[in-house]
Amino acid sequence: MKKIILQVVGTVILTVSALWVQADELNLRAGVTEISKEVYSLHMLILWICVAIGVVVFGVLFYSVYAHRKSKGVEAAQFHHSTKLELAWTIVPTLILVGMAYPATETLIKMYDTGGEDMTVEVRGYQWKWQYKYLDEDYNRTFSFFSNLATPRSQINNRQVKTDTYLLEVDEPLRIPTNRKVRFLITAEDVIHAWWVPDFGIKRDAVPGVVNDLWAIVPEPGIYRGQCTELCGKDHGFMPIVVEALPEAEFDAWYASRVSTEVVRTESFDDTFSHEQLMAKGEEVYGTYCSACHLANGQGIPPAFPAIAGSAVAMGPKDDHLRLVIEGVAGTGMQAFGKQLDPVELASVVHFQRHSFGNDAGDLSQPADVINLSGGQ
Amino acid sequence: MSEVIHADHHDDHHHGPEKGLLRWLYTTNHKDIGTLYLWFSFAMFLIGGVLALVIRAELFQPGLQFVQPEFFNQMTTNHGLIMVFGAIMPAFVGLANWLIPMQVGAPDMALPRMNNLSFWILPFAFGMMISTLFMEGGGPNFGWTFYAPLSTTYAPDSVTYFIFAVHLMGASSIMGSINIIATILNMRAPGMTLMKMPLFVWTWLITAYLLIAVMPVLAGAVTMMLFDIHFDTSFFNAAGGGDPVMFQHIFWFFGHPEVYIMILPAFGIVSHIIPTFARKPLFGYSSMVYAVASIAFLSFIVWAHHMFTVGMPLAGQLFFMYSTMLIAVPTGVKVFNWIATMWRGAMTFETPMLFAIAFVVLFTMGGFSGLMLAITPVDYQYHDTYFVVAHFHYVLVPGALFSIIAAVYFWLPKWTGKMYDESLGKLHFWLSFIGVNITFFPQHFSGLAGMPRRIPDYALQFADFNMLSSIGAFIFGFSQLVFLYILINTIRSGKPAEGRSWEGAKGLEWTLPSPAPYHSFTHPPKVTEAEIQG
Ligand code: HEC
Ligand SMILES: [Cu+2]
Ligand SMILES: [Cu+2]
Repeated sequence: MKKIILQVVGTVILTVSALWVQADELNLRAGVTEISKEVYSLHMLILWICVAIGVVVFGVLFYSVYAHRKSKGVEAAQFHHSTKLELAWTIVPTLILVGMAYPATETLIKMYDTGGEDMTVEVRGYQWKWQYKYLDEDYNRTFSFFSNLATPRSQINNRQVKTDTYLLEVDEPLRIPTNRKVRFLITAEDVIHAWWVPDFGIKRDAVPGVVNDLWAIVPEPGIYRGQCTELCGKDHGFMPIVVEALPEAEFDAWYASRVSTEVVRTESFDDTFSHEQLMAKGEEVYGTYCSACHLANGQGIPPAFPAIAGSAVAMGPKDDHLRLVIEGVAGTGMQAFGKQLDPVELASVVHFQRHSFGNDAGDLSQPADVINLSGGQ
Repeated sequence: MSEVIHADHHDDHHHGPEKGLLRWLYTTNHKDIGTLYLWFSFAMFLIGGVLALVIRAELFQPGLQFVQPEFFNQMTTNHGLIMVFGAIMPAFVGLANWLIPMQVGAPDMALPRMNNLSFWILPFAFGMMISTLFMEGGGPNFGWTFYAPLSTTYAPDSVTYFIFAVHLMGASSIMGSINIIATILNMRAPGMTLMKMPLFVWTWLITAYLLIAVMPVLAGAVTMMLFDIHFDTSFFNAAGGGDPVMFQHIFWFFGHPEVYIMILPAFGIVSHIIPTFARKPLFGYSSMVYAVASIAFLSFIVWAHHMFTVGMPLAGQLFFMYSTMLIAVPTGVKVFNWIATMWRGAMTFETPMLFAIAFVVLFTMGGFSGLMLAITPVDYQYHDTYFVVAHFHYVLVPGALFSIIAAVYFWLPKWTGKMYDESLGKLHFWLSFIGVNITFFPQHFSGLAGMPRRIPDYALQFADFNMLSSIGAFIFGFSQLVFLYILINTIRSGKPAEGRSWEGAKGLEWTLPSPAPYHSFTHPPKVTEAEIQG
């Protein structure tokens, strides 16, 4: 019996230590910001204190298990209290705790120092994507975009080889400059999400109706990945966070070009498009924004998420269809996409739904229709 | 004996169980009800375990293999709800039913009819909750913590059944607690003062007060949800002026004491088993009682440590960090006392003792990770990752669950009058011990490496540890069938057990013959120094 147990324990220890060497990440990441490094050393401090206490406590326990057994013919002692000992093991742990609380308090106070920022980004959680809105000094929006999971379904469904950044990649990352204090305003549109970038040592819940703030100064350029960490429904596991820190000059150039494309984009709202143009654009928008619920084949997941194929709405009047997509259906997963998509995207995705999966409404939806319906905005 | 015959004379139907199935439906006997609770919780444990294995099968490899995300979320939610409310809590109530009257020297529980009702509510509550899994739109999928608005505005239609089921469970727990308090305060044998009560009785007395204090809070939370869903209120709906964060405050004001509800009776159990097999009195009886009382008190002022990331003001964060760290002190006292009890004893290692020692070691590990989680700035990194999953499974599986299993082995001879098979018991222990650690230890690593909890699919760097964890879960899960076999085998063909089934056992229950008579003590026993713990 003993031999077998020893063997089993031995094998477990061997496999675990083999994995230890193999796996690239076993411990918390130290990260790149001053805060994350401080958090890391705090983590290591507590970890080692716990290990030390564990070694002593379990050492005593296992010595006792080894030495004080009936089979060794020992007589049981009959003592049952000792005021000195009991006082000691109340007071000493309290002191150790104070020793831990002190540096923890210091770090926490630093983390709460959100003022004096160089720029501000609003981070808004949606079922199941993040929206990043760059704000100017007066907190007005300059431009914004959504950051969606970029991993193809075929990888998730095991039909294609998974790449290194599986589930940790997005179509457009949040870009921030290095060495500047960036303030993040965290909020959500529908349910609670949580925005976490481990390498920055920051995580905050994105709560509808509440704006939380976080900050980071990232010293090194690079790509930093994280995930949503609050259960937010079906695709909670599929809304990663990717932040690209660019050197300051590079960031400024990118920022300027984003602002000017923004102007071009707003101008295109006045254009009219052909069936082919709408279909091409619409398919793209559908794949990114709608297929999570209505599925790529338009069949949906009834009853929670209705099919688009053969849908009465998609075959009915154009304006009703547009209105439903713009305003959403309150109290369901069907969001008010008027807040997320621009008129061109809205018109084309609706047009696409009306002319795909066997639907054939035979009309054209244009950005102007959207603008009319939303009251000229 | 002559008294029994005499009593038989004027009240005969009270003296043996009724025949047939109706015995179980109508019974008001504490032992029958205890048995019902225990088998019910075992059934729930197996169902909850199957859901856990679905989860672990899906997580065996990256990618979606067996289930879709929406079903996965139903599995995690129902696994949590069933294990907490269906397996652990009813098991402790079952043990309370069996043991408290025998340990305080009473014939039965104080309120036997209510006792019957509080059990029979449960199968309906869980029948209703589990049936939602087969409804259109699926069952609860918002996590066992059911944060609004995911559980209100965005919930499947079946959430109303879930709310009703929670109400029923709450009613059952409150009735059970009232009964336990009434029994302990009124029915102790003469001479058993409060500070001479066995620790299991003490821990349950305090637990029962916790339950009465927090179950109504949970009921309030689900009622507000019900109103938000059906009557257009906006308690938790930001668009209507409500506050989703308030839901979390209310939930965790219930939830943190709930965590202790699931561990305090375990402390009691271990405080019986260790002295018995060390053949030595419990070390520091009164400090054990004070430690339990302080843990219970502290459990009301630490709730927001589950919410460090919701964005509280700095002062709030600091308060909850300090108060949470403080819990380590009384918890440490208990662990030190158990080890001091073992120290210089004459130990033997029968199955209950093995589970109890594993409890002390592994629960302490859960305590360490708990202390780490209390440190707010680092909690930001751990929160809602597998590190938390590892933490609470360490305190609940090798913690609460192992204590329940230990209790079953320990008192089984008293209940059935028969001895279980020791080598099978040891086999069950070692399989469980190894399985538990292979399952949950690697989860510390995947959590630190950044794997969020409640996800059906994960990035590639978490693959090795998840595979290991899944293997462990299957070992652990299937080794519980050994337990079932041992139980049935003991009941059907175990060797007869003595009244005092263990050499070092102390306490009034061991003065009764095995199996214990249907009405434990028809006459108050004498409480002698030899049979008290302190
Ligand atoms: C988060 C899940 C989700 C996403 C993403 C989503 N929808 Fe929906 N959609 C729903 C739900 C739920 C309904 C049913 C609402 C109801 O109860 O009436 C719905 C209904 C619809 C309907 C009406 C179907 C019918 O026959 O009743 C249309 C049209 C529609 N959605 C279009 C879209 C478009 C266009 C997009 C992408 C821009 C989209 N949806 C993205 C969940 C979603
Ligand atoms: Cu999420
Ligand atoms: Cu808690």
